[in-house]
Amino acid sequence: MIELAQEAGATGEGLSALAGGIAFGLAATGAAIGIGNIFANAIQAMARQPETAGQTRTTMFIGFALIEALALIGFVLTFIL
Amino acid sequence: MELDVFHLFLWEPIAFEGTFFEVNRVVLLMYFAALVTVGFFWLGTRRQQLVPKGMQLAAETGYLFVRNNIAIDIMGPKGAQYAPFLTCFFFFIFFSNFLEILPFVNFPVTSRMAIPAVLALTSWVVYVSIGFKRHGFSYVKDIAFPPGVPKWVYVILTPIELLSTFIIRPFTLAIRLLANMLAGHVLLTIFFLFTEELLLHGTLLQRPLGILTFLVAILLVVFEFMVILIQAYIFTTLTAFYIAESLEGHGEEEHAEDAHPEPIRETELAPA
Repeated sequence: MIELAQEAGATGEGLSALAGGIAFGLAATGAAIGIGNIFANAIQAMARQPETAGQTRTTMFIGFALIEALALIGFVLTFIL
Repeated sequence: MELDVFHLFLWEPIAFEGTFFEVNRVVLLMYFAALVTVGFFWLGTRRQQLVPKGMQLAAETGYLFVRNNIAIDIMGPKGAQYAPFLTCFFFFIFFSNFLEILPFVNFPVTSRMAIPAVLALTSWVVYVSIGFKRHGFSYVKDIAFPPGVPKWVYVILTPIELLSTFIIRPFTLAIRLLANMLAGHVLLTIFFLFTEELLLHGTLLQRPLGILTFLVAILLVVFEFMVILIQAYIFTTLTAFYIAESLEGHGEEEHAEDAHPEPIRETELAPA
């Protein structure tokens, strides 16, 4: 991909923009799968046992926050790259 | 039209240039958020009545939410004593974030690294000092060498545990708040800039597109309000979670030493 970009006459700036895009794209992919899993299972848990919905929601948000951090580190990385 | 992202977050100093107390727009907004936080609770507790209404109702509902739904839910009955600390966190972060969608301000102060970093550092100092106070030096030992794993696992486990507890936790706490607000601010700016560019300076074909971006921008403001609330909630919840881990330690120790205190009813907060 880097060779392709070089053939297209991309400058260093363009390459670093490309790198930023790829970095955030990959970071977002993983986090999206993880967050999707968390919310899907939390909804299932709440539907099966509505009486524990409060506790499920707290745990869900903790897990969501921990995974979201990975995507956001990728987001910050795009500005650094 | 080229958008320089860094330009969005850089502000020239306004007063006291070159000194330690240098003030720019971000600092002024931070003072404003702190003032609103103090003012909110000052107004809420100024004239306490048996039946709360107006500001008192708002302040008490906010405090009870943090006390019952964050502190006690996560830390158990012991958590009630940390509720005031967590309430300060929750409302300061909420008001700082809220500046993002406040008309004519439109700048979340938490999108500059300094403020999330200091907040995360405060949280770090609190949970580490609570851990040392409760367990002494065995606090670090319990983290580095959790009981009940085969000996050879410690080679991998110890560095990971130490790194994650003492370095990655405050780092991610700060990054999470920063990046959410940064992304939100950039998103809103881009959509409102597009609207202005397409509606006012666009060709005939571009103008309907401008209306579309304007509608999306309005929806995004509502979405950002949700993000603002969730970020304040998550920061507070994670701090409570870390404190809870410091309180309990990694090994199983004494639990359920006292009965659950009843959640405070509104009437108990009023003066006798």
